[in-house]
Amino acid sequence: MAATAKNQDQRPRKPKAKSRWGIDGSLLVLLGPALLLVALLFVWPFLYGIGVSLTPAPGREGIFSSYTAFFGDARERASIWNTLRLAVPATLINLLLAVPLAYRMRNPLKGQRLITVLFVVPMTLGVVLIARGMLTFLGPGGWFNKTLMTLGVIGEPLQLLNNYTGVLISLIIAEFPVMFLLLLGYASGIDPNLERAGRMLGAGAWQRFTRIMLPLMMPGIAIAAALGFMVTFAVFPSAVLVGEPAGSTRVIALAAWQAAYERFDYSMGSAIAIVMAVIELLVVAVILFARSRLYTGPASGGKG
Amino acid sequence: MTVKQRSGAPSLSTWLVYATVAFFILVVGGILFSVLLNSFASSWFGGWLPDGYTGEWYVFAAEEFNLWNVLVVTLAVAAIVTAISLAIGIPAGYALARRNFRGKSLALGLLILPLMVPPITYGIPLATMLYEYRLAGTIFGVILANLVPALPFVVLVMTPFIEQIDPNVERAARMMGASTSRMFVRVLLPLAIPGILAAGLLVFVRTIALFELTFLTAGANSQTLVVSLYYAAFSSGIRPAQSIDAMAVIYMVTTLVPLLLALRYVNPVNMVARGR
Repeated sequence: MAATAKNQDQRPRKPKAKSRWGIDGSLLVLLGPALLLVALLFVWPFLYGIGVSLTPAPGREGIFSSYTAFFGDARERASIWNTLRLAVPATLINLLLAVPLAYRMRNPLKGQRLITVLFVVPMTLGVVLIARGMLTFLGPGGWFNKTLMTLGVIGEPLQLLNNYTGVLISLIIAEFPVMFLLLLGYASGIDPNLERAGRMLGAGAWQRFTRIMLPLMMPGIAIAAALGFMVTFAVFPSAVLVGEPAGSTRVIALAAWQAAYERFDYSMGSAIAIVMAVIELLVVAVILFARSRLYTGPASGGKG
Repeated sequence: MTVKQRSGAPSLSTWLVYATVAFFILVVGGILFSVLLNSFASSWFGGWLPDGYTGEWYVFAAEEFNLWNVLVVTLAVAAIVTAISLAIGIPAGYALARRNFRGKSLALGLLILPLMVPPITYGIPLATMLYEYRLAGTIFGVILANLVPALPFVVLVMTPFIEQIDPNVERAARMMGASTSRMFVRVLLPLAIPGILAAGLLVFVRTIALFELTFLTAGANSQTLVVSLYYAAFSSGIRPAQSIDAMAVIYMVTTLVPLLLALRYVNPVNMVARGR
């Protein structure tokens, strides 16, 4: 049935014409501009990018030549591994830190609000500023190394910059607050009565965590892992500023940027960007599929 | 009846929580404070504190990095992106909150998708396309690119907020003869002001802090602060470190002022629950 069909005579109570689909003029006015903008500036560029990546650059032949050139070059191919080597540990470390912390803070502690505000600050400032600050703070003469040396923990300064460790640290600082706040939202939404019931039935603290809260937090943990991976997999500025961009931290985002903006090979640049999106969406899809097999029923009770 | 949660003395795990939080905050605080201190240092060689203090790096940075222009561009881009994404995003959020129609989940999915892929993946094809249409390198191109994540964010913040507003208020307004647009402007918008302020301030901050899309689409005269900061830090051998840190401090201030305003209206936990 056409969306513009007028059924006013058949349904006299309804003031405006509506098609069977529930779509009418006012809905298009409300929602149309937003959908149009996303279609024009997101969907179309993506399709355009696929088109560009399938148009061989001068010197290459065949519609998949940009892809085969990327996977055929050992240095380019290594960028995938360089990125996974950062993104997977960073996500896991952040989860290992954030899950117990969110669990422990599920019932408001003293200073809860202040702590959450303090976590929002580094998250908002972004990775460029954090990387810039790390150059001063974590450098060989910076406060961090100075403090550890004064305390006698280390004999000589730790090399925390311009290598793999520097990028990993920057990713933990920038992403840990996001994952923690996300998990805190989940953990504090779980009905505390479920845990009390476990306690009454004789479960110890560890048992209550592993058998009650952890399974109930799993859907939230899956979402946090997916978001954390998504952001860390796209690491770019800190891989250049505090990493070793010519070597071990030449990540895939940097490879895509260099192809498009240093060699002006837009075909290759778009191809790498699409490879990147596919890998990222595959990992996220696997995580979300695993999540769909978990219990996701009500656990919030009256606490909302 | 009150159930006592735990005995009087804080347990070991409570101390572990505080210790982890304290370590994290010490490191982040150290990073931010060393930037702040260095920006005022006449020189700082190896000591705990700078050798002397001066404000001249701010003057130097203002000239060297064309800071005034960059600041105007940053605020203009963030303000325009905020205004457009609110103007388009609030009605869309209203439609998703109140209406039921076929394809609603498809529309919602389309609106969430830009937040599900990292900016750099769609930024490269988007920038390539903007170059094709000669929009890249201009402020207009930077605004278009920044709208892509900003609009979905506004929709996702506004939808649950509008869902909380009692629909009977709207019915009452309609019964008294208000047209849709009048009901929207006179009844719904005033009720939604806290949500609009929160969404607006957060989008403003996120646009100032979003690096990748501006980095990919900006030209020399359409850079925002975070991109200028990246370029300055990238070629840090060329200029004194203190002048780069002076720019970093200015970036921190422009980001943190709207953030602190936003925190009056939103719980930090809700800042990540949706949208990121």
